[in-house]
Amino acid sequence: MAEVNLRKVVKRYDDVEAVRGIDLDIADHEFVVLVGPSGCGKSTTLRMIAGLEDISDGDISIGGDVVNDVPPKDRDIAMVFQNYALYPHMTVAENMSFGLRLKHYPKAEIKSRVAEAARMLDIADLVDRKPKQLSGGQRQRVAMGRAIVRNPKVFLFDEPLSNLDAKLRVQMRIEIKKVHQKVRTTTVYVTHDQVEAMTLADRVVVMNKGRIEQIGTPNELYHNPATRFVAGFIGSPAMNFVPCRLEEAEGRLHLRLTDRISFPLPPARAARYQSVSRNEPLQLGIRPEHITETKPHAEPGIEPFEALLEVTEPMGMETLVYFTLNETPVCGRVSPNAGARDGSPLRMAMDLNNMHLLNETTGLVI
Amino acid sequence: MVDAAIGEDSVVRPRRAAGRKGLRHALKRKSTVAFLLTLPLILLITLLVVYPAIYSVHLATLNKSMQRFVGFGNFEFLSKRDTFWLVVKQSCIFAITAVVFKALIGFIVAHFVHNIPAKGQRKWRGMLLVPWVIPPAMSTLAWLWLFDPSYSAFNYTLAFFGIGPIPWTGDAGWARFSVILVNIWYGAPFFMIMYLASLKSVPDQLYEAAAIDGANWWQRIWYVTLPMMRNIIAITTLFSLIVTFANFDIVRILTAGGPLDKTHIFATWAFRVGIEGSDIPLGASVSLFMVPILAVAAIFILRDVNKRGNES
Repeated sequence: MAEVNLRKVVKRYDDVEAVRGIDLDIADHEFVVLVGPSGCGKSTTLRMIAGLEDISDGDISIGGDVVNDVPPKDRDIAMVFQNYALYPHMTVAENMSFGLRLKHYPKAEIKSRVAEAARMLDIADLVDRKPKQLSGGQRQRVAMGRAIVRNPKVFLFDEPLSNLDAKLRVQMRIEIKKVHQKVRTTTVYVTHDQVEAMTLADRVVVMNKGRIEQIGTPNELYHNPATRFVAGFIGSPAMNFVPCRLEEAEGRLHLRLTDRISFPLPPARAARYQSVSRNEPLQLGIRPEHITETKPHAEPGIEPFEALLEVTEPMGMETLVYFTLNETPVCGRVSPNAGARDGSPLRMAMDLNNMHLLNETTGLVI
Repeated sequence: MVDAAIGEDSVVRPRRAAGRKGLRHALKRKSTVAFLLTLPLILLITLLVVYPAIYSVHLATLNKSMQRFVGFGNFEFLSKRDTFWLVVKQSCIFAITAVVFKALIGFIVAHFVHNIPAKGQRKWRGMLLVPWVIPPAMSTLAWLWLFDPSYSAFNYTLAFFGIGPIPWTGDAGWARFSVILVNIWYGAPFFMIMYLASLKSVPDQLYEAAAIDGANWWQRIWYVTLPMMRNIIAITTLFSLIVTFANFDIVRILTAGGPLDKTHIFATWAFRVGIEGSDIPLGASVSLFMVPILAVAAIFILRDVNKRGNES
């Protein structure tokens, strides 16, 4: 068990910078998820922590020791790969015990550790099989078992669930969380799936173009994104972004969306945006769940407007509705009983207490 | 719709008009078409492999003048001759030593080539294949000159270090060494190219997993590379064992079996007694002796390959 620290870590391939100076402190026992689109440098960062890639610049330390030049085998880490990387010629038990056998652990201890891990992962009756005889989910468990028996300082997961089908992925996600609750090993987990990141992580690190966009708990990222990238990446369906302007009317600060639609801002929001220039091009960021049908009694900050629905998607417990606002497609979530129909108008309401205002040029949340 | 049409055609109609319909149906069956497509190859193999094989078995049962059937007479005669057992021993030494070194050198060179950056790799692969591409009859002539006792490049160079002259093809030990050396030089590139292909098919992540599990480079080769290459190693070794056992040209050109039959192997000795000694049936018997030896090796190696094939 140990903390992991990254200081100004850079990775250059010839003239391309894949990772551009990352600072990250991962506490002992913490489950940190690196998330981002493909090519954002998250896997490279993980592989640098593992020692599979050299570091072009900066320092990585595990448990307080700088490991820049320490080979992977001496870093006391375990890694689960995307395609599991099980040794095809070894049985499950041999796969799991390989690391221990190389370190010449006593046979009895190897046996008990493998049995323990196999029981924890529910693969005790598979230990004599070869990887080819296992399903994807079972192979995934074996790969995790191989990591667990080593009892390393840090677990590294490189998109471990992306080869599984959707149903199994949800199941294994829960499984991984359970394992972490039991063994409490510091874990760094890489994924491109924001749902995986949200559900698993103590803290999520959102990466984009080789840099960290934001670090925070899943709820912090969801409710207080720092940039447009984070706001758009976290949450599904994604946050809506509508061009808008601030204006003064009737002595209050208003948010103007179109010639016809302008909402007075709730007092808390108005105070926050007071210093923003009135002519600056801005974007309203608002999540679909904050665009709903009108409620019977008015609440402060929830402003009604008329929308012409283009497409509706009934999901069962809710209906997603799509319409255009200021020439921008917008998604809202309404109750299945709201009477939303393709091509028909509906009276909607926008919850401005949960809005975000973004600077269109810098992409930062104001 | 399609199913119904086929059903009507194949189930109802054949009852009537069996004659011509039967032929047409036979032609439509997949197995018949497959047989017809492989027929040219079957004929070719029959002509070039099966017929000569049966003919040589027939020859081996005749007397020297090929007039009289002698049964196992030739084999009995052979088993009583010391030269024959010398040839058996030499063939085994020749084939096994050569194959072991070819495999070893091929494996090592394949690793080096595998680690060359992709850009330069083609060039090296091409150059390293040259010995295998040149017809051995020609390249062995070059070796023959290199091995010449009095004027060769080898002995000339060695003389600078005060060594030699070495009787490369004149002394029994050195002659055996020389024919094996040339055979290794000729055959190692084949192993190299097979192993290289097999090395490239081992996923990088297995090495990464092994590196994280704590394996050093030797343990990575022992626990990852070799097990992953086992089938290729087995098949390549078997193939090379057969070809090396039946080698003719290198020994024939380099030493012609000499000195004093000390480098004869099955093929060269069969040629000596059969063609040069004008006893074709005896020569055929010598070459037939290779069959049981190679068959046993083939059974063992292929059984192992099959077993692992079924496992995975």
